[in-house]
Order: sequence, then structure tokens, then C-alpha cells
Amino acid sequence: MRQIAIYGKGGIGKSTTTQNTVVALAEMGRKITIVGCDPKADSTRLIMHTKAQATVMDLARERGTVEDLELDEVLMQGFLGVKCAESGGPEPGVGCAGRGVITAINFLEENGAYTEDTDYVFYDVLGDVVCGGFAMPIRENKAKEIYIVASGEMMAMYAANNISRGILKYATTGTVRLGGLICNSRQTDKELELMEALAKKINTQLIHFIPRDNEVQRAELRKMTVIEYNRTHKQADEYRKLAQKIENNKMMTIPTPISMEELEELLMEYGIMEM
Amino acid sequence: MSTKETIEFRKQVVEEVLEVYPEKAKKNRRQHIAVKDSECAGCAVKSNAKTVPGIMTARGCAYAGAKGVVWGPVKDVVHISHGPVGCGYYSWGNRRNLAEGEIGVDNFVPFLFTSDFQESDIIYGGDKKLEKIIDEVVGLFPNAKGVSVLSECPVGLIGDDIESVARRMSEKIELPVIPVRCEGFRGISQSLGHHIANDAIRDHLLGKGPAREIGKYDIGIIGDYNIGGDAWASKKILEEMGLKVVNIWTGDSTLEMLQNGHLVKLNLIHCFRSMNYIAKHMEETYGTPWIEFNFFGPTKIKESILKIAAQFDDYIMEKALKVIEKYTVPMQKVIDIYRPRLEGKSVMLYVGGLRPRHIVGAYEDLGMEVIGTGYEFAHNEDYEKTIPALKEGTLIYDDVTALELEEFVKKLKPDLVGSGIKEKYVFEKMGLPFRQMHSWDYSGPYHGYQGFPIFARDMDMAINSPTWKSIKAPWSK
Repeated sequence: MRQIAIYGKGGIGKSTTTQNTVVALAEMGRKITIVGCDPKADSTRLIMHTKAQATVMDLARERGTVEDLELDEVLMQGFLGVKCAESGGPEPGVGCAGRGVITAINFLEENGAYTEDTDYVFYDVLGDVVCGGFAMPIRENKAKEIYIVASGEMMAMYAANNISRGILKYATTGTVRLGGLICNSRQTDKELELMEALAKKINTQLIHFIPRDNEVQRAELRKMTVIEYNRTHKQADEYRKLAQKIENNKMMTIPTPISMEELEELLMEYGIMEM
Repeated sequence: MSTKETIEFRKQVVEEVLEVYPEKAKKNRRQHIAVKDSECAGCAVKSNAKTVPGIMTARGCAYAGAKGVVWGPVKDVVHISHGPVGCGYYSWGNRRNLAEGEIGVDNFVPFLFTSDFQESDIIYGGDKKLEKIIDEVVGLFPNAKGVSVLSECPVGLIGDDIESVARRMSEKIELPVIPVRCEGFRGISQSLGHHIANDAIRDHLLGKGPAREIGKYDIGIIGDYNIGGDAWASKKILEEMGLKVVNIWTGDSTLEMLQNGHLVKLNLIHCFRSMNYIAKHMEETYGTPWIEFNFFGPTKIKESILKIAAQFDDYIMEKALKVIEKYTVPMQKVIDIYRPRLEGKSVMLYVGGLRPRHIVGAYEDLGMEVIGTGYEFAHNEDYEKTIPALKEGTLIYDDVTALELEEFVKKLKPDLVGSGIKEKYVFEKMGLPFRQMHSWDYSGPYHGYQGFPIFARDMDMAINSPTWKSIKAPWSK
């Protein structure tokens, strides 16, 4: 079983990319579980075809304690048999979302959510590694592989570099490794070159460049992945390519995050930022 | 040993004991320990500094200072320990703050209220639960005059907005609801908790009570928590002097006393460390003067009575002299009984923020000598006040570690150790007489003329107990 965590700047398309890729892997016959680690609970809607599924923490709040939950109440099967769970958590501005993620992941593990025939567990994690809770998926005995979704925009690259710092911390004390950057294209200038250069700088690879295509949005509006909505579309093939690359990926590295100055130099070098 | 030899010996002891530490810790700890000699008459040890990680400290936390010391004794207010159950449960009822009143009707001191946080309260925040608890409190205890919310660590970590809950609920229940941000991780000892608690009184209660005429002999006692009835013993003397004690902070006190603390002619400060902040504030804002006093042992009591009376008129002075006269013979009788049994006995103290200096005079009245003393959480000004009260050769230790205190005691061989519950059984098992000087070891009061005979009896009982003859300390021959 491979456990994979997907990180990246908020709004970069982590959940969309994850679900489309997971469906492509499921098409290849893989058994997959997705765990949404974001209080917004929008990591599984394209697979479950619902706005938001019942989350671990919301049910726990209803019942009073997480011990009162049954696994099948929170682990649902969606398109192509992909199993989905959402940690859930508080509304913005109150409580501790990080603790919610910790509690939910522990619950899923303790109650046997990851059966022996599972090939992949994907953790779709909120924006940045803001606290220990959001680093939960990459702690000991959990995800060993991380992919960072980014684009050629400065802040997305900044976030990617920051996340690799979080990974470095856990890489030196555990077995977690960076599997690569996934570029979810925003059609910025020299995006491919820039992303490749950043990948090289932080000691990883650009595993795939996903071109921008509105078919993704059209599918999303119908609460579907591209493969389900229009399986012959060329964008569906992009996700299949990414799935194949992840399946065969052997390049697992300890990242070497760069300083803010180095990042700015990089942006200047590719003409994104002016002096 | 001559004084000079004693000083040299004790300085040597300090070096020997510190020897076990790594260089950095040794350097740090040496600054916190001193032996009073002729040159160091005015000097003070380093204090109010972060404890060296890895050593065993007896210090508490900000919550302990705010809830355990300052707020807990206020009797007609329901104090909610806001967070998981442990902080509240394990601080329940162990300060021995006595209070008059019907338990559960107008006296909630013996109770413990906690919001008992569960996992879901951490994740979703505890504000709604707090609102519900406050609603329940006024429903169950209609005579409660207010509610204090003492936040434990997790409340600060998850960023709950207890201030807005307090504001909203205060309007709803039409009673003061006081948020106290005393998360235990704040500061380096319980000392910050006292300060935070003082600030909460200042911001939410002081000056907000019903108006009142100030009588010409109205006074307040600040910083007496009525441990074992201490405040009542002090109050007795002051009232015999013709003064009227209208407020006590916070032993046996009411919410109204906290609101009206400034409406007196004079505030008498007992525990300076825990309440100097608000005393200074009342002076600056309302012009209410304050002085310190010490009602431990007849010598200090007499000095303090005269000092207090001097702030008032001849009528009070006349009565004060009569009080001193009235108690001279009974106190002498106490001394006549106990002094022969205690003369020349030595004591080492390690207490909180006041007693390591305040109680020295009471021991001296019994012919005893304090050979070592130190505070858990004092600041420089406390040590500055302490040094002059001590004899040359006295060992002074700040935030002393478990190891240091044990070793100092082994080497200085006092006849009595006075400290807290954490130390008690260590020394008793070593075969040494011990008295708890935080809680008075379930006895008291020790303040005032009423307290001195009890203090003398307890010290005699500890030191001259026949038990000790049956046990041999491992190092004694």
C-alpha cells in the first residue's frame, strides 16, 4: 500500500488534480482510498457526486465522541469503487482544525479503513503545513510520498518551497520523501521552464505538467472527474499520464528548500519578476 | 563555628552541591544562590527567571497563580476552570482558603466548576459550551454574584474568544462575567498568573460597584487568602485597634469587596508579590494609599500595629497601644512555654512569595534561627526586602531545585524544614521534622495574636515529637 499526501497553495487545484488522478489510477484497476484533510470537506465531491459527504468530525460532534462512530458511516464508495472519507472540522475562525485532522486520521486507521487490498491512500491536505495537525499525514507510518501541486505563479512557488520545508523536517526524522511537483498550469510565461528549474533547485522533479483545459471546469460543475464526464477527452489522457507516472515513480528525494532570495532570483532569471 | 566560618562553610556547600551540574546550568544556578555575608548586605540573588530545563522545580503555572491564589478564594463568585478537567480537579480545595457562608448558596469556595473539555471542544472551540455552562450556573446558583472564567492552556492554543462570550453572557445574566487569560504556558512561574488575575480585577470589577461613603477608619487587607483563617486573625487585631476592615482580598471575600477595594482610607498589603500590582493601581488611579505589614509573631505584630496606627489619629494610636498591652502577657506566656523547648533550633524554609521573609520574626520570637530561605517565584524587590531580615551566614536560594534543597538540608542539618507538600515526605523520610508552610499543614491560623500560639505549638510538635527519636537519619551517627 502506498500512502501519498498532496499539498499545495490554497486554490491551486489540489482536490481537483487528486480526484482526477485517483480516478485514472482506479481505471487501471487500483484500489484507492481518499482522505480529505480539510475542514472545507471538498476533497471527494467529484467522486461521490455530492456537495460534501458526512465528515468524521461532524458525525463525532453529533454523537458526542469519535468512539461512537462506525467506519461505514464515514467511509463511502464512489465512482469506480474509490473509497472516500473527509476529516471535516470547525467553521473558519474557531477551534482547532489541525486537531480535527489528527483525530479523524487516527479514527480511520484504528478502525481499519485501510484494508489489505488497498493499493493507494491519498491524503488531500489543506493549503499549507500551518501546524502539526496538517503535518499529520506525513508523520511516521503514514504517507511516505508527497506531491506538491503548484503553478508558475510566484505565490504558488513560494508555498511549494515552504511545504518542502515542512517535508524536510519530517524527512530527517522519518521516512517521508518528496515525489515531485505537479504543475497545474495557469498559463503564465515560461511556466514549464520555471517549474522545472524550481524542481531542480529543491532536489525533485516536475513529474507532470497538466495543461489548462476548461473541460475540467465543465466536469466539475457536474460534480464529476474528467474521465467520468468525457472519458475520451484529451484532458482525461493528461490525468492518465500523471497516474502512470506516479505508479512508476522511483524518484523519492529529501527536498532542499531554498531561501526567499534564491526564489526571487529564480523568478528574475525567467523574467517573471523585474528588478 | 564563628559567623565567618559559617559563611565560608555554607559557600563551600553551595559549590559542592552545584558541582553535579553541567557548566551552563551551574553558571545559571549559581546566580540564584547566595550566602549572606557582610559585603552582600544589600545584594539580591537572581530571580524571576526561567527555570533551567531538566531540573526539578517546585514552581506552578499562571493558572495556579490566577485561579489557585487570587480568584479561587472569592466566595460568592463561581469560578470556572475552563479547559480539560485536570487543572481544575487537581487544584481543587488544596489552598485551604476558609470562607464563611452557606456552601452552594453564597459560598462556592469548596466547589470545583470545570468545562471538562473533550476532543470535540478542542476541534470546534469551547465558546458555545462556555455559554451553556454560564447559563447553567445562574440557574443552579441564583445567589452567585458573578462568574470568573479561568482559561487553561488549550483555550489559548485554539484561540477561543472567551472575552466576547464573557461580554455577551454578562449582558444576558446581568452579572459580571470575568475572563481571565491565565493559560499555564504563559510566563515562567505562577507569578504572571497573579499579575493577570490582578489585571482582570482592574479591568472588570474595580470601581464598578455600588457607591459607598468611606468611613474615617475604613481599611482593606490586600493579599491575605485566609489560609486556615489567617485573615480573620488579622482582622481581629485591626478591629480591636478601632479600624474597620471593609474589604479583604481575596480571603473570605465577596465580589463587592473587589469592586470597592479602592473605597478605603488605607490598604494593608500582606502578600506583596501576588497583589502589589492592583495596590499600586488603586494608589495611582484613586489615590488610595497602601503599606505593607507583618502579623507573624508578637515582635512583628507590635511593629506593624504601631506602623498602621501611625497612619491614623490619636484615638487609633491609643487603642493600638492598648491592644499591644493586652496581648503582651498572653504572648509572653506562649514564649515562656515554647521558647525553652525550641531555643537555638534552626530552620530552613522554601515557600512562595512572602513567607520566606515574613515568618522569620515569628521563629526568632521562639528563639529559633532561620539558616536558609528562598522563594519559588519572587522578584528582585522581594529579595531586597528579605536580605536585611536575615542573619549573616543565611543561605538564600531562588527557585531551588529538588536536588539542591535536599543536599543543602543534608549539609546544613536544620532542626526543621518548612516548605510544601512536594517537599514534605522527602524530608520526613530523611527523619527530619517538617511543617508545610503553604497550607499550615492542615492547621492554622498562624497570623496575629490568635495564630502565634498555634504556630508555636505546631513547631514544637514537629521538632520535639518523640517519633524522631525512634528514627535515625541516614547521615547522622
